[in-house]
Amino acid sequence: MKKNSFLLVVMISFLVRLHAQDDLLSLVGEDKPKKEFVEYAFKSSRVIMSHSLEVIRPGVMDFRILHRFGNINGGAYEFFGLDNATMRMGFDFGLTRNLMIGIGRSTNKKELDGFAKYRLLHQAKQGGLPFSLLFAGGGSLTTLRNTDTTRKNYFSSRMGFYGQAIIGSKLSEGFTIQLMPTVVHRNLVPTVNDPNDMFAVGVGSRLKLSRRLSLNIDYYYRINPNEADGTKNPLSVGFDIETGGHVFQLHFTNAVGMNEKVFLTETTNDWTNGDIQFGFNISRSFQIKKKK
Amino acid sequence: MKKLFVIIAAGLVTTSSLVAQDKYFTKSGRINFMSKATLENIDANHKSVTCVLDTKTGNMQFAVLMKGFEFEKALMQEHFNENYVESHKYPKAEFRGQVVNNPEINYTKEGIYPAKVKGTLTIHGETREVETTGNVVVKSGKLQAAAEFTILLSDYKIEIPKVVKDNISNTVRITIDCSLEPLKG
Repeated sequence: MKKNSFLLVVMISFLVRLHAQDDLLSLVGEDKPKKEFVEYAFKSSRVIMSHSLEVIRPGVMDFRILHRFGNINGGAYEFFGLDNATMRMGFDFGLTRNLMIGIGRSTNKKELDGFAKYRLLHQAKQGGLPFSLLFAGGGSLTTLRNTDTTRKNYFSSRMGFYGQAIIGSKLSEGFTIQLMPTVVHRNLVPTVNDPNDMFAVGVGSRLKLSRRLSLNIDYYYRINPNEADGTKNPLSVGFDIETGGHVFQLHFTNAVGMNEKVFLTETTNDWTNGDIQFGFNISRSFQIKKKK
Repeated sequence: MKKLFVIIAAGLVTTSSLVAQDKYFTKSGRINFMSKATLENIDANHKSVTCVLDTKTGNMQFAVLMKGFEFEKALMQEHFNENYVESHKYPKAEFRGQVVNNPEINYTKEGIYPAKVKGTLTIHGETREVETTGNVVVKSGKLQAAAEFTILLSDYKIEIPKVVKDNISNTVRITIDCSLEPLKG
């Protein structure tokens, strides 16, 4: 008995020592899983046309060129839409971890626009929230000359505004989904039947196909459109391709406009008729202020 | 039987306490990695590296959370995590090895000792043998461990896409600097 127990002790001591030597790191305690914010829900700060869950980082300037060609069903004569193009050029700036602003100008209606986006809640792993909540708000100003001289043209008639909540979650490494309840206010509407305040709910999603490629969908359902004016709900489907410093968003869309007011209230093209356009967004990031 | 337990318990206590006295550790070690290329340098720092050294056996281990590397450019950091090391799949890098010339280092006497370290490095789920020489500085009951070595990204199956091949070097220089304190059992 004594001999046996002695052996046992030796064996156990040996095992303990062996174990200790094998895994020194476990002696200081495994790094406890810390609360970790979920990053990179989208490759860019836009799904395609909408604001995404992402906020560009502080000190970064994102130069964005948005391009929409003409309707594909224009046929060979219109070179499948490539003969016509509208664009928006914009600059976005990351101010803090949760706040970004941007300005842009579109050729469509010679419109200027600006926005701010703020992340109130940030999805996190290990005991954090399962979703993120952001707010975006912006305004637009058309600089077209007044053509209707029969009425008094107010400066405020050129303006439109929007407010949006973005609620979404990066459910897995490859799949992100977000909902965007939105209100658009137009100071001047075309007819009495058009609502000044239009409500809509958007859905945006990303499915990662590879490390540098994803499939994106961006759609809005408008709650109170003017049924008589022939406008449609905007839908964009496309791919995000990331190459080093650029993100290319190649897509098909029925929305000509490239700010919230225009694509929600002035989209007349219809997917079911084949009135769709090819378009691309190019995003190029510049670190204008270096991190310490 | 009672006796047996006493003996086992005594055995456990003595062994573990004996072992613990020779160990040094840190959770705030520093690692820098630097990759030089014609277009731009890629430079990142980590400030919370875990390192444990058993001075008795010379065993040395490091653990690094990949997401903890901080870059000057936010986009670089995103690409590092998302596209290169895939930190969501491989959150940790580890080194397990030994100070080969451990008997030559007198951990109880202040001084600067050259140390030869050999072991396996696991990054991006790939494990490779690495070997380097560094320094151990023994001063006022603490150890300062520093070393520098280079690795090839291709060894760890970290792919560089063809379009950016000229911008990113396959060779990465890793500099380690850890201040180790005695680990109390």
